[in-house]
Amino acid sequence: MRPYPTTWKRPPQIFTHRGWRIGLQAGFAVWLVLALATLDPNWARMVDGWERGLRFIGGFLQPDFTSRWTDISKGLVESLTMTLTSTVAGFLLSVPIGIGAARNIAPRAVYLICRSIIAVSRALQEIIIAIFFVAMFGFGPFAGFLTLSFATIGFLSKLLAEDIEDIDEAQAEAIRATGASWLQMINYAIQPQVMPRLIGLSLYRLDINFRESAVIGIVGAGGIGATLNTAIDRYEYDSAGAILLLIIALVMVTEYGSSYIRKFLQ
Amino acid sequence: MTDAVYRDTWRRHTQRQGLTIWLAWLGLVALTVWCWQIMTRDTICFFVTDAPRQAADIGSRMWPPRLSYLPELLWPLWDTLNMATLGTMLGVVLAVPVAFLAARNTTPSTLMLRPAALFLIVASRSINSLIWALLLVAIMGPGLLAGVIAIGLRSVGFIGKLLYEAIEEVDRGPVEAVTATGAGRAQVLDYAIVPQVLPAFWGISVFRWDINIRESAILGLVGAGGLGLKLQSSLNVLAWPQVTMILLVILATVVVSEWISAKVRKAII
Repeated sequence: MRPYPTTWKRPPQIFTHRGWRIGLQAGFAVWLVLALATLDPNWARMVDGWERGLRFIGGFLQPDFTSRWTDISKGLVESLTMTLTSTVAGFLLSVPIGIGAARNIAPRAVYLICRSIIAVSRALQEIIIAIFFVAMFGFGPFAGFLTLSFATIGFLSKLLAEDIEDIDEAQAEAIRATGASWLQMINYAIQPQVMPRLIGLSLYRLDINFRESAVIGIVGAGGIGATLNTAIDRYEYDSAGAILLLIIALVMVTEYGSSYIRKFLQ
Repeated sequence: MTDAVYRDTWRRHTQRQGLTIWLAWLGLVALTVWCWQIMTRDTICFFVTDAPRQAADIGSRMWPPRLSYLPELLWPLWDTLNMATLGTMLGVVLAVPVAFLAARNTTPSTLMLRPAALFLIVASRSINSLIWALLLVAIMGPGLLAGVIAIGLRSVGFIGKLLYEAIEEVDRGPVEAVTATGAGRAQVLDYAIVPQVLPAFWGISVFRWDINIRESAILGLVGAGGLGLKLQSSLNVLAWPQVTMILLVILATVVVSEWISAKVRKAII
């Protein structure tokens, strides 16, 4: 007679064969060793950097808002204006593209064109787009505005198109049955169904755009990121700490603000 | 009695509601125009009108991509993949305890530890990994390690937030059942909560890994190694055909990783 097992073990779910599991774990271990070997940390440099790290933490604890305030406020104004204008412009552009990318209301050719615009916009990183726009339009917030608008198109149109594809068909059919034109159908059957979520998503995108506006400055597209980059390049960690704290505070404000407005609208 | 004149057309809003909505839109438009004017104050018109010519110029320089550059990119590509994967693992290791401290039903103290954990999550989420990398490169010197840590620190917030929301949404039933057997707190976690959040945990980790692949491809721009480093050096010498090649490699990597992550998430959930 075999004794009962005293502990319960959950049976494996995905890889049920024992060999597969062992092979996978061994492969993972080999990869981990190889990957850690490529890290090659430079200990001497890190010991040098340690003092700088401490100064940076000190800068965080005692941020210096005043000595670079003109630069910081200019960067903030650029970031904030860039955020709002690019979200509005992105919204205006993504409505037609989103409608065109919805399979149930757009003709096939339009659908394919709009979907490929979305795919390009989603596949490219903001930073990479920013590099090109800076090369074309010169340094400054205008390049940043274009970058963020372009990135907004990919985000909003994709979600809008998916929303339109998921609408309740009955309402569209009812409006169509009254003899409404295509535009009237969009206006009376589709817009009321997707508008609340679209506004919510735009507010969410506003929040994302602010965060991104803090980054694209690193490649020259204006905004608070440019100020931060300068501060770090000059080793002014107390100013950098102040900028980072401002970014965190503003992100928290936009995040809570946008989630509050979204709740209020729905 | 009913002398009220009915309108011929149907209206969704009353006049008052309509006016409020209209004013809200007007306010938004005014704000946008105002912001636009502030933003474009320093824009030089010549650069804007000149842009199409510049674009055509860059476009003609970029094509065709320099295929012979591909072998040089394989090693940075390996670095980029390692950076993303190791960074995700670091993020997961740091995020799991934070998530359990932040979830209302598992935190040991709602007054002290929960707000601290939530602040960690927000702070990590609001700073992009590129900024983390910028700081870490200044402190630790350029190299893959700075990139791994930057990716890890940024992932903490993302994984932590989604995971603590998953923990708060667990079914109360199993928790009560395990508690009723006389299990301690750790045993309740192990037998009732962990099995419930495990699928969500794997889904979130793979999703973040996919995002991290995109991010690690550009971290080299600030000196954290990988494909971005090659991109930066090619941009600095204006070697546009090489830039195109690098972008194509990044694009292919992103598409493949997105496909893998979608497959894995579908298998789990």
